[in-house]
Amino acid sequence: MVKYQLKLFVTGQTLRSSRAIMNLRRICEEELGTGYELDIIDVLERPQLAEEERVLATPTLIKKSPLPVRRIIGDLSDTKQVLRGLELLHPESRGGEG
Amino acid sequence: MDTATARPIEKLATNIPGFDHISCGGLPKHRTTLVSGTSGSGKTVFAAQFLAEGITKSGCGGVFVTFEEDPVDIRNNMATMGWDIEAWEREGKWIFLDASAQIDEEPIVAGSYDLGALLARVEYAIDACKADRVSLDSLDAISNQLQDRATVRRELFRIGLALKKKKVTSIMTAERNQDYGDISRYGVEEFVADNVIILRNVLIEEKRRRTVEILKFRGADHKKGEHPFTVVPGQGLVAIPLSAIELKQKSSDVRITTGNAELDAMCGGGFFRDSIVLVSGNTGTGKTVVVSEFLSGGLKACERTLLFAFEESREQLFRNVSALGGNFEKMEREGMLKIICEYPEVMGLEDHLLSMNNIIQDFRPLRVAVDSISALERVSTAKGFREFVISLTSAIKQQEITGLFTSTTPTQLGGFTITEAHISATTDSIILLRNVEMNGELRRGLTVLKMRGSQHDKDIREFVIDGSGMHIGKPFRNVNGILAGHPFLNGGEQSDRGLGG
Repeated sequence: MVKYQLKLFVTGQTLRSSRAIMNLRRICEEELGTGYELDIIDVLERPQLAEEERVLATPTLIKKSPLPVRRIIGDLSDTKQVLRGLELLHPESRGGEG
Repeated sequence: MDTATARPIEKLATNIPGFDHISCGGLPKHRTTLVSGTSGSGKTVFAAQFLAEGITKSGCGGVFVTFEEDPVDIRNNMATMGWDIEAWEREGKWIFLDASAQIDEEPIVAGSYDLGALLARVEYAIDACKADRVSLDSLDAISNQLQDRATVRRELFRIGLALKKKKVTSIMTAERNQDYGDISRYGVEEFVADNVIILRNVLIEEKRRRTVEILKFRGADHKKGEHPFTVVPGQGLVAIPLSAIELKQKSSDVRITTGNAELDAMCGGGFFRDSIVLVSGNTGTGKTVVVSEFLSGGLKACERTLLFAFEESREQLFRNVSALGGNFEKMEREGMLKIICEYPEVMGLEDHLLSMNNIIQDFRPLRVAVDSISALERVSTAKGFREFVISLTSAIKQQEITGLFTSTTPTQLGGFTITEAHISATTDSIILLRNVEMNGELRRGLTVLKMRGSQHDKDIREFVIDGSGMHIGKPFRNVNGILAGHPFLNGGEQSDRGLGG
C-alpha cells in the first residue's frame, strides 16, 4: 500500500489549528490506518517552510504523495471535501459520512 | 497637557517625484494606503516605485507581495523604469513574496481558514530585509484566488493591523472598473484603509490623461483634486503638482531690461525679475523680434538665456534672427544661450513639462523664452493645457527666472483668444502685437496691456522692424478698434478719403 505523505500548516495554538489537527488525525486513522506520515508545521515558528511551499491560508493540508500534489485549506471539518482532496472518496462511502 | 490626541499624523516621504508635494509630505507613516485605479492606470508601477525610491533614496528595505503577476515579469517590466530589482534582491534589500495563484492547484476548501501563513511570511520577510515599506499588489487577485470574500476582507484588515504593529508603511492596490465610480471593484476600501489614492488614465478628446488624486488621508493634510502625472522610462512615475508651488512665490521688484530701451520705458523700467510676460500676436506681427530682443538683452547683461522654440527649426530661427541683426549661432557656441527646438507633437504635454523643467534645472538660466506656448495647445486638452501653463509658470517664478511666452492669435487682425484667457490670469505682464490696416497699408502696433505692480504706458504705439531690430515710435492717433481687430480712423481724414475715393 502507498504511504501517504502529508504536511499540515497551522498558525500557533489556536482553536482552528487544533480542530484541523484533530479532524485530520481522525480521518487518517479511519481511512489510512498507519499508512501515512504527517508533518505538522506551525508557520509562526517556521515561516520559511510556508514560504517554500507558498502557503497563504492556514490551516493548509498538502498531500505530497501519492501524486498528484493536492492542497486542502480550512479546518478540515468538511470530511467529504477532505476525502475528495486525498482522493479517498470511494463510491460506497459517498453519503455515508455525516 | 494632552498632546497625544492632538499630534498630527506623521508622514513618510515616498520620494516619488512630485507626489510628496501633493501629499504634503508623503504617505501616512505606519499606515496602509489603498491605491486604486483602472487596469493600466499605473498601480503596479506606483507600488514598485514606492519600494524602489525607499531603497535608493533612504536605504531602507522593501517587501513586494504579488498576488497576481509573476516576480519574473515584474522584474522585467520594472527594468524599463531603470530599477535593477534583481540586484536589490541579491543585496537583501528587496524581497518578493510570491503569493500568485499556482496553476493546476486550485485548493479544495474544507472548512474555515485564515491568512495566517501569508501574514507569517510577510512578517518574516519584513524582518529579513529590515523593511519599512511593503506593497501588496493586488487585492483583487487575492479575492479571486480565495472565493470566500468575507474571509479575505477580515484577513486583509488583520494584515493591515499587523503591518501597523510592525511599524511599516504599506500600499495595497485595488482595481476599479471605471475611472469615475466606485472606489474599487470589491468595495475593499471601507475596511482596508483610512487612506485612498486614485490613479486615473482617461481618454479625453483622443488624448490620454493620467492623473493622481488623494481621495482621503484620514486626519492628515493633502492637496485636493486630480494632479497630472506621467510615466517616464528610466525614472518611473512623476507627478506634477499644480497649486503647490504658487504660494511660495516671492515678488521681486528688481527690474531687468526687455532688450529694447523703448519697450523698457513703456513697461515703466523693464520687466520684473521673477515675472512672466505674455506676448500675443498673429504670425508676422513681430513676436520673434520681441523674443530675440529679450534674449539679446539677457546676453548683453551676461545672463544665461534659454529658448524653447516650438514653431521654427533651428536654421529658420538663426536666419530670422540674423535678419534682425542678432547672431544666435555665435551666442549658443559661447554657451550663454541654449536653444531647444522641438515639434510639439513629439510627446505629450506632461512630458514636455518635465523635459522643460529638467533643462531649466540643468542650465540654470535667468531668462526663459517659449516661442510659442500656443503651439503646445495642439497636443493637449484645454484643461491639460491650463495645468501645464500653471505648472510651468510656477516653476519658472519659483527659481526667480524671467519668463517670456509668445502666443499666436488665430485671426489676422487681433482679438483675444481662449488660450490667452487661460494664460493671462497667470502672467504678470501682457504685450499685444497687432497688424493695423491703415490707408491701404499694413502697419504694426504694440501695446502693454497689463503690467502687474507697476505703472506703464497705455498707448498703442507703432513700431517698425529693420536690420537692427525693433524700433517703437509714436502712438497711433485717431485710430480706434486696433485691439478688437477692426481698426478705423476717426475724424476728418477718413471721411475726406471716403468721400474722395
